[in-house]
Amino acid sequence: MIAYVAKRLLAAVPVLFGLTIIVFLIMAMIPGDPATAILGSYATPENVERLNRQLGLDRSLVEQYLVWITNLFHGDFGRSYALNRPVIDEVMERLSATLLLAGTALVLASVLGLLAGVVSAVRQYGWTDRIVTFLVLVGISMPAFWLGLLLILLFAVTWRLFPASGMVAIYGGGGPLDILRHLVLPAVTLAVVATGVIARLTRTAMLEVLRQDYIRTARAKGLRERRVIFRHAFVAALVAVVPVIGIQAGFVLGGAVYVETVFQWPGIGSMLVNAIATRDILLVQGGVLVVAAAYVLFNLAADVVQTLLDPRLR
Amino acid sequence: MKRFLAAVAAALGIVLTAPAMAQTPPGVLVVGQIAEPKSLDPHAVTAVNDFRILVNLYDGLVRFKDGTLEVEPALAESYEVSDDGTTYTFTLRGGVTFHDGTPFDAEAVVFNFERMLDESHPFHDTGPFPLSFFFSAIDTVEAKDAHTVVFTLKEPYAPFLSNLAYPTGLIVSPAAVEEYGKDFGRHPSGTGAFKFVEWQPNSRVVVEKNADWWGGAPPLQAVVFRPITDANTRLAEMLSGGIDVMVETPPDAVATFRDDPAFTVYEQAGPHLWFLILNAKEGPFADKRVRQAANYAIDKQALVENILQGTAEIAAGPTPPAFAWAHDDGLEPYPHDPDKAKALLDEAGYDGAPLTFYVTEGGSGMLDPVAMGTAIQADLEAVGMPTRIETYEWNTFLGEVNPGLEGKADMAEMAWMTNDPDTLPFLTLRTAAFPDKGGFNSGYYSNPQVDELLEAARRSTDQDERAKLYKEMQEIVVDDAPWVFVANWKQNAVTSDRVENFKLQPSFFLMLQEVAKN
Repeated sequence: MIAYVAKRLLAAVPVLFGLTIIVFLIMAMIPGDPATAILGSYATPENVERLNRQLGLDRSLVEQYLVWITNLFHGDFGRSYALNRPVIDEVMERLSATLLLAGTALVLASVLGLLAGVVSAVRQYGWTDRIVTFLVLVGISMPAFWLGLLLILLFAVTWRLFPASGMVAIYGGGGPLDILRHLVLPAVTLAVVATGVIARLTRTAMLEVLRQDYIRTARAKGLRERRVIFRHAFVAALVAVVPVIGIQAGFVLGGAVYVETVFQWPGIGSMLVNAIATRDILLVQGGVLVVAAAYVLFNLAADVVQTLLDPRLR
Repeated sequence: MKRFLAAVAAALGIVLTAPAMAQTPPGVLVVGQIAEPKSLDPHAVTAVNDFRILVNLYDGLVRFKDGTLEVEPALAESYEVSDDGTTYTFTLRGGVTFHDGTPFDAEAVVFNFERMLDESHPFHDTGPFPLSFFFSAIDTVEAKDAHTVVFTLKEPYAPFLSNLAYPTGLIVSPAAVEEYGKDFGRHPSGTGAFKFVEWQPNSRVVVEKNADWWGGAPPLQAVVFRPITDANTRLAEMLSGGIDVMVETPPDAVATFRDDPAFTVYEQAGPHLWFLILNAKEGPFADKRVRQAANYAIDKQALVENILQGTAEIAAGPTPPAFAWAHDDGLEPYPHDPDKAKALLDEAGYDGAPLTFYVTEGGSGMLDPVAMGTAIQADLEAVGMPTRIETYEWNTFLGEVNPGLEGKADMAEMAWMTNDPDTLPFLTLRTAAFPDKGGFNSGYYSNPQVDELLEAARRSTDQDERAKLYKEMQEIVVDDAPWVFVANWKQNAVTSDRVENFKLQPSFFLMLQEVAKN
């Protein structure tokens, strides 16, 4: 197992390396440069040239990339010129906020999705199944940013139950309870789509498993239905669902971009959007690298869990 | 299942019964900003969003007089300008200290300007200083004694005082720069009415009352600046009581707040101009009559009322009315007169050649550029000018427009916000400001008379004389119509009814020195 994990991690290195080159090239190719973004109306050729020189952007592309990658191997991600602080500080702070949000959403989506899937499979074509299937369809189809605004309007503006935005209260905030209150609306918003996907897959996987002979055997043995479903069928269905949860983790990370913008959650998604708009190439590079690494790790984790669940894969 | 539901209910109960929704405390003003500040070093930033914080932390030698764009002394008690306009002598206020306890004196002023301008200064590397060219006319800055500073300019440069009143001219503590170096922008220290407390990245910047401020202690205990980039979220925070002041309210929402007695809406026209650059070098707009026709064809009233929903006023010429002393009040905007436009087009022999129109998706001061571009397109087509829109993202747009429209487009949207009536026409309307000469005259307008007037106004140190020159320039430019003059943006802000003495400035800076909150 350890050898397998090590092999997978090693294989990720060239992927990440290639990614940095692609991101660097894209950032170099899109028109507009940081100096123009900073100077705005005052971007005379003369001012742009002066500012680019001060930012070290007057060197050739290859040179810029080599400087960046060399510094990276020394653990230095560079300094964001738009934010005027080390890239790594900003990225790590933002990443932890995103992981908290995406992690909560994923746990929420997994629990609710599995539950809904199992319930509707067990009651196939019954009313519960129809209602759950309908809700799941609505959930999958709803744009996250729209749902987010709707929730803000209801829960923050009209009923004033939850704060409208941010991660901590402006006054006396910062405790776990305070963060939890801020977390509820964005996490629910982010979880909705993934819940739907997981519920649908769980339902299909469960239906398949429930038709298997060993389930009939289990029932024939006189096992209680609850035990048949959760001990025998559910665990087997989980093998098919876990990799999907791993992929959903990636989507949740991606979807966080919208949700973070709507809820002003200080995560890495909204950071990347701003960084691209200001052509803050070092921040983009650092952010993308870290997100990609997280994505690789999530998928690896899903594969490992799947191996543990399914003896045939060991 | 039941147990699970019970657990969920219990968890919700805990979350909901937590301390009631944080109402912002009295004496503490929470301001909803449009973005995280880039830096709190006034010399390193360019955005109005950052200036809103900075003008409360720092003072400059001079500042804009309340409610105007006229300069008055601040950290300088008085100043004198030599007759030839090249020597400025400032007498500094005594007994002022920076928030870090070090004294404010002539040496500190010298340090500030040398850091920005002298590439060999030991702290020049704490930059870059993108707007330092505001002071590129400075030859030397000398401390004559502890309380006298003398600026010698390379040549007469009338906007010098307004530039000093701009945030790029705010004075920072040399000791703090020496201590924090490149991180000074996150550990700011000035002489202003508020002292820096903390900057929680992506969450808030907090400043507190400076009881020893030379202008008298401000009524507020503290101000919290919160970055909320999404306009709808900013709106929700205002409605739910999470912030006390909201700036840059979307036009759609202004009406809602206006009808609600719990809020007050403030508006103030600023030194902003939204216009269309016309390519006077080639194509249909090379003919002055076609340029005038475009001015007649476009229904500015409809743009301002329907699209901008009253958040801007119709512009009459190149100088915004906010520059009260330099603006020609006698100028009338081109009326909306499609028949006159058609007649002018016929007279010019315009053959219905299609126009290419550069539109941006967004950008600083651009208001609602796509909707405005579309409405303008419809107005032009109504008089028989087929118009094809090309839309670009803001940075790309600047990259296309700033090098000049020649060979690419007939017209482009543009907006400027400046601090002196000199800046915009000097950088965009002179022959010597063609793009290949390093200026922003992307439409290649050229009129020797305008060139002369602008040069003379820049050399003069007499405000009345400058005003006369600018007014003359405005009349010529309006008749020549190198642009379609569209709108002057009104900055807006909404406050809750707990906020008192709030006021917007034509400079668009958010001065909180006198504001109170219950």
